[in-house]
Amino acid sequence: MSSLAIRLRHAFGAASIDVTLDLPGQGVTAIFGPSGAGKSVLIQALAGLFRPQLCRFATGNRVLADTEAGIWLPPEQRRLGLVFQDARLFPHMSVEANLRFGQRRNRRAAIAGFDEVIDLLGLTALLGRRPHTLSGGERQRVGIGRALLSQPDILLMDEPLASLDQPRREEILPYLRRLTTRFRIPVLYVTHAIEEVAALADHVVLLRDGRVVASAPLREISARGDLPLAQRDDAGAILTCTIASHDHARSLTTLAGAGTPILIPLRPDPPGTALRIRIPAREVILATPDAGALAAVTSLQNVLPGIVCAIRPDHSRAAQLLEVELGDQVLLARVTEDALARLGLAPGAAVLALFKSVAIEVIGGD
Amino acid sequence: MSRWNDLKPSGFWSLSPEEWEAVRLTLAVAARAVGFGLPVAILVAWLLSGTRFPGRALLGALAHLPLVLPPVVTGWLLLLVFGIRGPVGGLLFQMFGVRLAFTTAGAALACAVMTFPVMVRSVRLALEAADPGLELAARTLGAGRLDRFFNITLPLAAPGILVGGIVGYATCLGEFGAVITFAANIPGQTQTLPLAIYTALQAPGGEAKAAQLSLVSLVLALTGLLLAEWSGKRLNARVGR
Repeated sequence: MSSLAIRLRHAFGAASIDVTLDLPGQGVTAIFGPSGAGKSVLIQALAGLFRPQLCRFATGNRVLADTEAGIWLPPEQRRLGLVFQDARLFPHMSVEANLRFGQRRNRRAAIAGFDEVIDLLGLTALLGRRPHTLSGGERQRVGIGRALLSQPDILLMDEPLASLDQPRREEILPYLRRLTTRFRIPVLYVTHAIEEVAALADHVVLLRDGRVVASAPLREISARGDLPLAQRDDAGAILTCTIASHDHARSLTTLAGAGTPILIPLRPDPPGTALRIRIPAREVILATPDAGALAAVTSLQNVLPGIVCAIRPDHSRAAQLLEVELGDQVLLARVTEDALARLGLAPGAAVLALFKSVAIEVIGGD
Repeated sequence: MSRWNDLKPSGFWSLSPEEWEAVRLTLAVAARAVGFGLPVAILVAWLLSGTRFPGRALLGALAHLPLVLPPVVTGWLLLLVFGIRGPVGGLLFQMFGVRLAFTTAGAALACAVMTFPVMVRSVRLALEAADPGLELAARTLGAGRLDRFFNITLPLAAPGILVGGIVGYATCLGEFGAVITFAANIPGQTQTLPLAIYTALQAPGGEAKAAQLSLVSLVLALTGLLLAEWSGKRLNARVGR
């Protein structure tokens, strides 16, 4: 898989966007940031729908645009599938004709077959319908299928769930997850919703005011106490684990991957399944290494030894964010300044990270 | 009062063969005018709405000229250009033996030119009302310019184009000045309903005939407008509007 190189500069009055990125050519890359960060400009320019003052886009050895060299491929030649926020289905065509529209015009080696896509997106029953008879969620699924069937080199998604309500979003997320793991097509996913990043992304680009704040794998980004992400109330590290075993008698599932096993409430997935879990920083208690016996006399399930590797100020609160290494993964813990002083924690200190099983958010299969 | 007595109730609803001929001819001329005029109107409307090119304003003005010129002037200009000694008319006659002036085809041409602004206007409105976001979506799916025009914009604009065609057709039924100037008033060839009505009024005691034909005109025009309204609604429902 080829990578995607992006160079983009554009000024709109006082605001400007100036971005240089080298993104992986596989998996899901989330472009995450508040509105006005320049996410949409970036994706519109990539798709060729907006022409910035200066840009250079290249996928592998294919240059899509290079304003200095005078190259600007029109959208129809870029081989990028774009999923719009408002789906933009063709109202005068059936669902099937919509799905076939891009497929007919792109007869390259198929990444995604028709039957497979409609099956995966649950569209079989909708094929004969007209777009205006579909619900918002169904429309968006058709939009995703249509873009995918145009056999693009990269699938661009411009806040595909933003116009849907919460239940609809949760209805579509599993489809997206299945789709991104099933088809080996790189996805660029623009969003301002952290849940979508947590559920889908492999790589994350943090954008703010038109600048790249960070660009790194999700695991790394989520555990960085110095990034704006960590300043949110719901900040928390994402760990990737696999199901080691189930204990049906105790209704617990054991996860491996963070050095020490982690216990979570029983899962339906078979052992060996990869899982993404998120541990909110505010749910983590840090203790000195002699507190291990606590698990015997409290309801606590998870006691994990780790090493404090960084202490970051938590600007809006009288608290600190600690990055704690567990094996090769990093956990984020939010503790008050007072607690930090009482325990005398400093980088390099050995600690125990304590958290309840029920505080762990299981994001889904990987 | 005596005039109303001329409208004999017994013979009022029956048309003579010549009158039927005028009705048939009117419908045929209007059909040819719209059949040839509408595609050109679509092309011009597309150029005017979707593209930038030098001379765009001039094209727009030319397309709308028949709307503001006295119809007699339009007819006379047609005679100058398409007459047997005109630059285009002469060429057509020499190369293909086609004569337009004073023929049924000429009447259709005069009608097409006169209703051209109406058709361009409604087609253009329909094209511009088509959501440009859908064209962009089609672009990202690999559709080129003509592809998008024929598969996205045109079908989306179809209701408005159809309505434009029907209104154009209804307008053709009433064309007088340009037709009589360019195609003359030849019964069975260029004498359409308005011309037949005019002729009837010129003859002594022709009021009854004129009234009959006027009623036919009225019914045709009304049918056209109702049809436009109804089909526009139906087609719009098909594209979910």
